[in-house]
Amino acid sequence: MISSPDFRLPAAPGLSFKPEHFAQAVQAKTALFFEVHAENYMGAGGAPHAMLERLHAEHALSIHGVGLSIGGAGPLDPDHLKRLRGLLDRHQPESFSEHLAWSSHGADWLNDLLPLPYTDETLTTICAHIDQAQTALGRRLLLENPATYVTFADSTWPEADFLREIAHRTGCGLLLDVNNVFVSATNHRTDPRAYLAAFPLELVGEIHLAGHEAEALPDGPLLIDSHSRPVADPVWTLYAEVLARTGPLPSLVEWDNDVPGFDTLLAEAARAETLLTEARHAHAA
Amino acid sequence: MTKHTPILAASIAAALSLAATGMAAADDMAQERCYGVSMAGANDCAAGPGTSCAGTSTIDYQGNAWTLVPAGTCATMELPADGMGHARMGATAEQLEAGGYGAGIKRDLPPTLASEIADTYMPTMM
Amino acid sequence: MHTPPDHATTQARLHAALWSPQTPQGLGEAQALDRRFAVYRNNVQHGLSRALAARFPVIERLVGPDFFAATARVFAAQHPPQTPVLLDWGDSFPDFLATFPPAQSLPYLPDVARLEWLRGEAYHAADAARADPSALATVDPARLRLTLAPSVRAYAAQHPAVSLWHQNQPGARPAPLPKGPQYALIARTPGFAVTVDPLARDQHTILTNLLSGQPFARAATTDPTPLLALLIRHQLIAQIGETP
Repeated sequence: MISSPDFRLPAAPGLSFKPEHFAQAVQAKTALFFEVHAENYMGAGGAPHAMLERLHAEHALSIHGVGLSIGGAGPLDPDHLKRLRGLLDRHQPESFSEHLAWSSHGADWLNDLLPLPYTDETLTTICAHIDQAQTALGRRLLLENPATYVTFADSTWPEADFLREIAHRTGCGLLLDVNNVFVSATNHRTDPRAYLAAFPLELVGEIHLAGHEAEALPDGPLLIDSHSRPVADPVWTLYAEVLARTGPLPSLVEWDNDVPGFDTLLAEAARAETLLTEARHAHAA
Repeated sequence: MTKHTPILAASIAAALSLAATGMAAADDMAQERCYGVSMAGANDCAAGPGTSCAGTSTIDYQGNAWTLVPAGTCATMELPADGMGHARMGATAEQLEAGGYGAGIKRDLPPTLASEIADTYMPTMM
Repeated sequence: MHTPPDHATTQARLHAALWSPQTPQGLGEAQALDRRFAVYRNNVQHGLSRALAARFPVIERLVGPDFFAATARVFAAQHPPQTPVLLDWGDSFPDFLATFPPAQSLPYLPDVARLEWLRGEAYHAADAARADPSALATVDPARLRLTLAPSVRAYAAQHPAVSLWHQNQPGARPAPLPKGPQYALIARTPGFAVTVDPLARDQHTILTNLLSGQPFARAATTDPTPLLALLIRHQLIAQIGETP
């Protein structure tokens, strides 16, 4: 696991925080951290900030940005960097992360994590964006591997190597979304284990797990990273294999659509905790 | 101002005592939960949208949009018969067709239909 | 030799394809490319449509989900969010509804949408100190100046939109609507509830005057008791001061 004062999440399970779970989340006795999307906490005041403060008094907090558009061709939005800095200063989270994706075009914001080719040009652009963001935010960030439904004819870098190179050039850490690895590999008819074998696990500061849905294409499934279901069994298996190599890591279960009751989320966290405990014992031995 | 002042002082005293004893039922309705996620004091549909870092397999609309008419509770809203009574009705399919709204938007439209919609609705997008 | 397009070109192609049925050039070879790319198109359009519905739930209820989704797609294409902060998106939706031809049969929609927009503003407004209302009794009314909480909004509608909104809340039953216009105070209480309190027209005028910074004596063009009681009851007075 990457070691830095900017990444202080516990090597424990975490859950997406949903306001409807506020009371149960605050009272949860289990060792948990919570993650929120930065952009949902950019109002001036009111319940969102009050809940976050209360939650953070009890549990470690990860702020996960979805709006910086690091993978975009154009410059980062300086106003958005200022908003992010304000939010991070206000809530002092144990981790801040963003995505290898773009989501703005000109001034228009598209509310989705869109894909990009992996080339020397995009590598240079992304590294410049991350340098700028880390300077403006006064801290290092974790960059997450995306779930993708298409690839690009002109890509010259495998994704895992691309992420490794970004991390080496910028000093950022990586957020390994194991469900995204499985979704992308299934969609592109490649081997998720080969991807993980190439992935720089020593740079990982957090794991994401989530559920996906499947549609049928003529040549096989098309998986959609829907965050609307329990984590799938093959994803748990890949996660256990990662932990066997890394030891325990902060491990978030994301659930963003069709959000169930808090108990269902706790059951997913407990399943992660079982695998984390095994990894703890294996690494102590 | 001097004549006004005692009236204001009385009003302030009255307001303080009204607020202290609880007010009439007029604004009790405002205390009801609105539609949307709701939990005592902690959330409210006024919170508005959240972002997503997830995709969706839900396709929320695939039909022919502009043969649609508004079809929610607007049909049960009883407006006073003062010339706004027509507001209870949605536009008919014929009216919409006549207005050039005969085509829908969906993600897998044939190209010609899509450009027709783009011309109708989205001149800035193409 | 093939020269790959620069990233800006690739991104512009993808962006155009999100709003058209054509799958962009330059994607890696795969079966059913159209269906693969359509996932992104659907994510963008469905996601923005649901975001708008979260901000305007009564509009969605009034027109029904299918009509709302179709309307939202046109709005999202014409007025996409200009920042990643979705809670700031939709301020032009009421005006859009006012001129959107398929919605013309429901002329009250823009008023209801404005009410929902103000509720969202109140929900996210800055926090403020709360003044002790007993201080009101100790200040010379002629010099009294009230600073209201940042969440307080004065709402006015040509149509009976306050009643329409209330009648589309859980447990409410449709009833004959009064004639417009209607007025309301919209604000967030210290318990984070966003309230919609009907106001008489003259009380709305006083509230508007107070919000524009007028001293209490000048703002109170008629007896301000009902408004003042409401402000005290919801703890919406941030500061009780005196003009010099």
